[in-house]
Amino acid sequence: MNQNALHHDKDIRDDLAWAQINKDILKSLENPRRGYWYSIIVCLILLAIGFTAEVIQYQQGMGMSKNHPHMWNLYIATFIFWIGMSHSGTLLSAILHIVHADWRKPIYRFAEAMTTFSLMTALLFPVIHLGRLWNFYWVIPYIPSRGTWPNFRSPLSWDGFAIMTYLTSSALFLYVGMLPDLAIARDNTTGWRKRLYSTLSLGWRGDDRQWRVFRKAYMLMAIFLIPLAVSVHSIVSSDFAMSIMPGWHVTTFPPYFVAGALYSGCAAIITLFILLRYYFRWEEYMTLAILEKICKLTFAIAMMWTYLNLVEFASVWYGHDVYAKEVLWGKMTGAYAPAFWSMMFFGSVLPFTLAFQKLRRHIPAMMAVSILLNVGMWLERWMIVSPTLSESFYPWAWGVMWPTITSWAIVLGSFGWFGLLFLVFVKIFPSVSMYEVKEMVYHRKLAREKGVAHGAVHGHAGGAQPAHSPSMKKEGNP
Amino acid sequence: MSLKNLVTDWSRYRQGIEEGGFQHYEHRWGMTIDLNACIGCNACSTACYAENNLAVVGKERFAKGHFMHWMRVERYWDENYAEQQHPEQGASFLPMLCQQCGAAPCEPVCPVVATYHTPDGLNAQVYNRCIGSRYCNNNCPYRVRYFNFWSYYESSWPEPLNLQLNPDLTVRDKGVMEKCTFCVQRIRVAKDQAKMENRKVRDGEFTTACAQACPASAITFGDLMDQDSAVTKLWARHEVARHDDKGRPVQEQHKEHPELRGYRVLEELNTDPSVMYLERVREELA
Repeated sequence: MNQNALHHDKDIRDDLAWAQINKDILKSLENPRRGYWYSIIVCLILLAIGFTAEVIQYQQGMGMSKNHPHMWNLYIATFIFWIGMSHSGTLLSAILHIVHADWRKPIYRFAEAMTTFSLMTALLFPVIHLGRLWNFYWVIPYIPSRGTWPNFRSPLSWDGFAIMTYLTSSALFLYVGMLPDLAIARDNTTGWRKRLYSTLSLGWRGDDRQWRVFRKAYMLMAIFLIPLAVSVHSIVSSDFAMSIMPGWHVTTFPPYFVAGALYSGCAAIITLFILLRYYFRWEEYMTLAILEKICKLTFAIAMMWTYLNLVEFASVWYGHDVYAKEVLWGKMTGAYAPAFWSMMFFGSVLPFTLAFQKLRRHIPAMMAVSILLNVGMWLERWMIVSPTLSESFYPWAWGVMWPTITSWAIVLGSFGWFGLLFLVFVKIFPSVSMYEVKEMVYHRKLAREKGVAHGAVHGHAGGAQPAHSPSMKKEGNP
Repeated sequence: MSLKNLVTDWSRYRQGIEEGGFQHYEHRWGMTIDLNACIGCNACSTACYAENNLAVVGKERFAKGHFMHWMRVERYWDENYAEQQHPEQGASFLPMLCQQCGAAPCEPVCPVVATYHTPDGLNAQVYNRCIGSRYCNNNCPYRVRYFNFWSYYESSWPEPLNLQLNPDLTVRDKGVMEKCTFCVQRIRVAKDQAKMENRKVRDGEFTTACAQACPASAITFGDLMDQDSAVTKLWARHEVARHDDKGRPVQEQHKEHPELRGYRVLEELNTDPSVMYLERVREELA
């Protein structure tokens, strides 16, 4: 094989010096491209729009965004969207961690941050959509003096527990995984940053015992997070599946929601991957080979999602329930049909672009595709919530409602809020894991040397399956 | 707040129709609406507005779906009359109100137990507890719950109309769900009166505002646990089955029998409504 082509296909250059890695990553704390600051401004504007709308809605009432059959609407759809987005951080960092897919290493940190921040965004929506949002804490079992409990039978209170658990765990996972890097940052900065990192790094010295405890803790948390993430979105799906409404009362909703969650999360990872690579000039770390791997993963999940969609249609048809059929038919041919068919196009047809290597390696194309995939996934959530409300059991209460300006403004505001949290994070914390990239470089180098010694060629295949490479059996501590 | 509270009260709360429900309670308030008698005059709805301090929202808000009519009179058109000389003869009416289901879908989904089942078999709505998640309405197959989208009271009763507000119950502010209560304030008064006089509540001693106002006497209200009440007799005559304490229908209705007009709306969902409708009978078109 041509040595040059081989070089291009590698997930990461294996001749990167460790000091160079430190320098390149820590640079992101200081001098991003100008695009970063433009993005901050855009996010601030969006946030201001959303905040204004929320203030108006708070004062006027929920009539700003809802009407009689449409008691839930964009807010709940967007809530599911953000919860869904949070799932891929866990997928990348936890699942790929325990299966030793080491190409996750340069990109999992920002994916985990995405998880935490999209959860923090999602958490806003159930509160925003409440009629009396100042009483939102009544959903929490805090044992008040009046002796009233929340309703443990209501999926909405399960939601509260599930999301809080997931938020705590994923924030902790993000933080623990960052400890060694915080120590590196502590050693290389001055001023307030030094004080911040000194406090946060909890006295990390990187000695042998610390590493051993750290590895164990990190692995345990990864194992804990996987079932948690699956259960969280299953619980969110039970908001619908536990109701009796046609189009919501669907047995396949939990896996369908989880698949949709991983799907939109992966698409969001592609978007953020491209953005970070641009902001911080991380072409050496966020390589096209890694981009290609996420794209393949996204493609696989897209097909799973498509399959579960078809299963739902088939079971509605086969189940022969007149109401469920009516709702599905209404989705396909009624007022919401354009949104429904756009969702099908973006969700099931568009991902086929990910099947072509040329496109997978084409950054502007992938940027556009990943955003459109998420548009499709957002439409999916909307198509879960609204059509059922517009056409359920009782014909007197049938009616289509298009989202109001207020609800659009708050939805846009949530993107500003998420973007702002994320952008501030990547500027303050190292958003590529330095110690794990070093580990990866080290393992790749070992693998190459052994490969050369054995006369074998390690191309991209070797990179994709490092678990099979002999060097992975020995856990090194760079 | 104690563990006892959690265990005992909670397990009592959980009793649905499947576990025997509320059969051991004293009352189960029920209603019969005779669609043969209904003339669609909306008197019931108006009476409800007056009795229950329902907000008058105005044309624009009504058109947007921001209405508050606990008792609504729905109008349907018989398609067979479309070709006739007077198609409006095909009109029929359905007064729709909260069905006070025995196995109500709205109850388990409320995150804060603002809606729950009373020992009288009513679906109660606690306004002070409601946080406005609106899940109950989403799970109500009849869509008979109404949400305070705005602070309606600011414009609903301009002076001196505020003086006609019923002092026996509250005026609701924005952000809470509300619905028909079977005039629970009247039920309370009647029960208290009976208790003071050390007797049972007598059938016909009181009735709901809608039943009271109906000029055609289409609405009958009473206690389904009282074997001698008018409403129980109507239910029995039309062989509409409430469930027994094992959740089985007490008797099967002979649907072919022309005299039997009783039915409950969306009964196949097994919500066990407390409102029975008597079907409208028309002459067959030639």
